[in-house]
Amino acid sequence: MPELIRVEHLVKTYYLGEMQVPALKGVDLTIQTGEFVAIMGASGSGKSTFMNILGCLDRPTQGHYYVEGVDISGLSKDQLAQIRNKKIGFVFQSFNLLSRTSALENVELPLFYNGSSARERRQRALDALANVGLQGREHHFPSQLSGGQQQRVAIARSLVNRPSLILADEPTGNLDTRTSLEIMGIFQKLNKGAQITIILVTHEPDIAKYAERHVAFRDGKIIQDTRIKPFQAAEDLARMPATEDEAHP
Amino acid sequence: MNLPMTFRIAYKALGRNKMRSGLTMLGIIIGVGAVIAMIAIGSGAKARIQEQIASMGSNLLIVLSGSATSGGMRFGSGSVPTLTVEDSKAIAAECSAVKYSAPVLQGVTQVVNGNQNWSTVTFASTPEALLIRDWPVVRGRTVIQSDVEGAAKVCLLGQTVVENLFGDVDPVGQVVRIKQFPFTVIGVLSVKGQTTWGQDQDDVVYVPLTTGQRLLFGQQFPGMVRAISVQATGPDVMNLAEEQIIQLLRQRHRIRANQENDFSVRNLTEAMSAAEESARVMSLLLGAIASISLLVGGIGIMNIMLVSVTERTREIGIRMAVGARGRDILYQFLIEALVLSLIGGVIGIFLGVGASQLIARVFKWPTLISFHALLLSFSFAGGVGVFFGFYPARKAANLDPIEALRYE
Repeated sequence: MPELIRVEHLVKTYYLGEMQVPALKGVDLTIQTGEFVAIMGASGSGKSTFMNILGCLDRPTQGHYYVEGVDISGLSKDQLAQIRNKKIGFVFQSFNLLSRTSALENVELPLFYNGSSARERRQRALDALANVGLQGREHHFPSQLSGGQQQRVAIARSLVNRPSLILADEPTGNLDTRTSLEIMGIFQKLNKGAQITIILVTHEPDIAKYAERHVAFRDGKIIQDTRIKPFQAAEDLARMPATEDEAHP
Repeated sequence: MNLPMTFRIAYKALGRNKMRSGLTMLGIIIGVGAVIAMIAIGSGAKARIQEQIASMGSNLLIVLSGSATSGGMRFGSGSVPTLTVEDSKAIAAECSAVKYSAPVLQGVTQVVNGNQNWSTVTFASTPEALLIRDWPVVRGRTVIQSDVEGAAKVCLLGQTVVENLFGDVDPVGQVVRIKQFPFTVIGVLSVKGQTTWGQDQDDVVYVPLTTGQRLLFGQQFPGMVRAISVQATGPDVMNLAEEQIIQLLRQRHRIRANQENDFSVRNLTEAMSAAEESARVMSLLLGAIASISLLVGGIGIMNIMLVSVTERTREIGIRMAVGARGRDILYQFLIEALVLSLIGGVIGIFLGVGASQLIARVFKWPTLISFHALLLSFSFAGGVGVFFGFYPARKAANLDPIEALRYE
């Protein structure tokens, strides 16, 4: 499988006045296209900093970061914005949808910044929403949707530009167990079906077990990098006893 | 990133907070409205003065006969007639900068028609006097040279006199009595309105010069007149004409070099131009004051946009995460400010037009709304929006996406 991401000796240091705070102290990692990686670690371990750099939201102090062979470290802010737009989809713990904006328009948002036509925007957004099982909810506002549905809108938004990589930062942190399983099921389906690389940041082993590769951070370094046979979220969901949650709109 | 879409997004964003958008706009609305109303008031005043200048006759000079001193008591200009009809003819003939010259006799007389009577100013002059004042008749005919030569007992009536003596009856062909003498009304003068100092120019009777001399005013000093109306050939030769008249009359009146003139020349148009200039300055001043309120409105926009940027930090973070560049965010907020100010500008135009019409109606003040003024204040509003929207927009564009996403 081709290499999608390679980081070499990545260092990130924050400067708080006179004080230097090292967040990453030399990280090397390679991720192939189609992998489903869970990045784990306690808070302060440097995993958030690492995610920000992977997501092209931040630049490393030292070291190199290659996406599909292109060195990101030297790009300008505008070029980073374009990489984010074309190659990376974000899913956040708090969904980060625009309020008072319909699901459809939320999903269209990334297309708005790459010059797609109105017709194309609409069609691709509808497809992406259908892909996460939200047909019929296109014109709902986030406030009219449940947490799981909001997260699915966010996933549709991350998918709409057909990215090579989805970065999910604690995507189930605000969701109950059943909904979490549904979301993980969607990720697994996208990963297996569409061969989209997924990098998941989580501190819950129960969520990480659906990823096939676990990378653990501590004190700004990778301390563990293992591959496992992942659990299947769809199967686990089927085994769960039916509850009133089924009545979710 | 396309412009119509950005406008739509801006419009939607403003629609989400209607109350606030409306209040922000209010500053611009009042500003634009005030600018338009003030310019309308100023240019209305200017237009009225210009109208009066035109009604008075253009390039007008008045030659008044001199003052007299009798037993240590000085009388004012025109108290002793030192000018003659011949002076007037000489001015017209010899001064190259003079187009028309007309000797004028005037006095207050009682005019009677049947059982109606009215006290009015009667002018006795030549047909040139009406040409100088650019004053045609609306009914009947005007005074002609043969009326003057034959000392015909005919007269022209001003509109006010017609109303007071005849009411709705057509006076042409009727006979009125002035100082007991019967005069046939041959025409009615067109309406001139009031002068700047509120004098009714239509309260007037015109008779031929010779008739006036013989029957009405001429007994004391035969052949003398109190004033001569002169029209120069153009506005740029007013001073030259004045110079030529003074020289000619000093020569004709045999005034020695060390003696004072026994007449004076007044440039009426000049005085009116000064009034016009002051109206222009007033209009400029009013506009400037109104512009300040527009400026304050602009600061209001900046204020609200800054609040809006802070409030929507997270939205900005989300947009940046999905690929918005700094300039995309900049344009979005800039256009929001622009839309606010332009909508405010349009409403302000309506307010301004309405206000100036109200002023015209309630205070009887002439107002004049020019397309130019509308365009000016509208584009000024747009400029204010861009100018004051820029700082908040730049602040939004320079946000760090990570911090913006984390913002609660």
